[in-house]
Amino acid sequence: MLFRSVYNEFVKIAAKPRSYLGIGSIVILVSIILFALKADGLSFISFVTASFEQTLTFQGNILNGNLIAFIILQMLIIHIPLLVALVTGDLVSGEAAMGTIRMLLTKPISRTKLLLSKFIAGGVYTLLITVFLGFMAVVVGKLMFGSGDLIVLNSDGLVILQQDDINWRYFGAFTVAFLALLTVSSISICLSCFSDNSIGPIVATMAIIILFTIVGTLDVKIFDGIRPYLFTTHMASWRSFFEDPLPVNQILQSVTILLIHNAILIVVSIIQFNKKDITS
Amino acid sequence: MSDKIIEVKNLTKSFGDFQAVKDVSFTVYKGDVFGFLGPNGAGKSTTIRCMLSLIKPDSGQILLFGKSLANSRSEILSRTGSIIEKPDFYKYLSAYRNLELFSGISGKPSSKKEIYEMLDFVGLSGREKDNVGGFSHGMKQRLGVAQTLLHNPDLIILDEPTTGLDPQGIIDIRNLILRLRNEQHKTILLSSHILSEIEIISNRMVIISKGKSVVEGTVSELLNSEELIVNFELDDLEVGMKLVSNHFPSSNLVKINDAHFQASITKQQISEINKLLLAHGINIYSIESKRKLEDYFIKIINN
Repeated sequence: MLFRSVYNEFVKIAAKPRSYLGIGSIVILVSIILFALKADGLSFISFVTASFEQTLTFQGNILNGNLIAFIILQMLIIHIPLLVALVTGDLVSGEAAMGTIRMLLTKPISRTKLLLSKFIAGGVYTLLITVFLGFMAVVVGKLMFGSGDLIVLNSDGLVILQQDDINWRYFGAFTVAFLALLTVSSISICLSCFSDNSIGPIVATMAIIILFTIVGTLDVKIFDGIRPYLFTTHMASWRSFFEDPLPVNQILQSVTILLIHNAILIVVSIIQFNKKDITS
Repeated sequence: MSDKIIEVKNLTKSFGDFQAVKDVSFTVYKGDVFGFLGPNGAGKSTTIRCMLSLIKPDSGQILLFGKSLANSRSEILSRTGSIIEKPDFYKYLSAYRNLELFSGISGKPSSKKEIYEMLDFVGLSGREKDNVGGFSHGMKQRLGVAQTLLHNPDLIILDEPTTGLDPQGIIDIRNLILRLRNEQHKTILLSSHILSEIEIISNRMVIISKGKSVVEGTVSELLNSEELIVNFELDDLEVGMKLVSNHFPSSNLVKINDAHFQASITKQQISEINKLLLAHGINIYSIESKRKLEDYFIKIINN
């Protein structure tokens, strides 16, 4: 029954026009970035590397597919949560708003299984969005700009990564980015269990991300205690894969905190969904 | 009668300070077409939602097929089909795809052939691939019936199934219920605002008012236990009324116009008055019984 319910959720997601908004947005945004960098990428690079040009000489193809993918990931990872929440925030409350929740819950599937199927479908959708973003950034980026060493500017300075040492880093980075987006998906589905309005959970998810991001970046002492536990703090942990040496403990800590967030959100959702009276 | 299909005992449910259902009890037996009556806000939908595990009751007991929802929800719901208020579907999916989705989690998944046959049964043949978003209310209602029947349930719960339908749609749904009763011997719980429908279709009924069950029994017993309001149309009204008044002094005669009078009498007294008037050479043009479920219902609710 769980398998069948997951299939049902995929059918519904695939049939909804808004599900393609994410894919369409990524195509448009990545295309704009790719063509803009193709047209005027060198001046963009000069601007970024200007402060190093007196001490360092850059040789070879700096503006390559690996750098393009890094730039795209950095630019879009902030906006992708909205595209994810747009679909996942509607999974439960959208059924309540449409009235189909009544029809579903008079079938002999348990509420827990029904909700888990929505989490699974939401997770797979998030994975597809992440993989598609990866394809557009890494594969299309390399096809248009070729491969090369990756030069990354982080808080410790300039990191130069050999081109044959990069693919696994992208795999790791996209995996952590997926976990961060999965947390966004779980938040929106959880909020969706508390609402009969399909827009509310989407807006609330974005409000939470904005609020936590502000709390996480404000350099105020009272937030020091909670900052390491906010999921937004770990949304940018994908960048750790482009440091040398790799901060393994920091990455593991981020992965653990994101997984704990997901587990808590799933449990809270199941409790709320099971005790909810369906009056819509 | 045997084989209790539904037993609701002392059901109570509140939403905050508002008590929607207080101490509702009734029993539905195998093969019943059970009328579930009550004015708006009486607690009908809340009771039905409790029976289908959509709402958790505060207290009381619900047994379906002799089993409690708490322990055997999955088994009970796999043997039950329902329409709660109006059937809502995924507007962006076709009629076929909607039925396929609901069938998949019904406990008895149906084949493509069975779904097409069911769509044909409810008169939606040829519209299988059309998105439900373009369906009229009547078509959605018929699709709702298809969804209800697809897994061949033993118990069918229909909450206001004819709401919003045009006269032809109401007749179609009524005929469908009669077919289910007569040909497939299904047990049906029917909540409806159209009381004449309950009178025609149901064999047993319960009336609830302000969250409480007021009366329960067979429709014929409940209606026949009451006096009827009967209109007589005669050629000689004055003589006719005098005769009836003398022979049936408690019949509370009321003159309506020059040709009609009204009497409060029992069913047996209709034929006695008929014989009496004919015996005195008075021609009777029409006899119309006004005592219907509507009157009984209003009397019960007002009491």
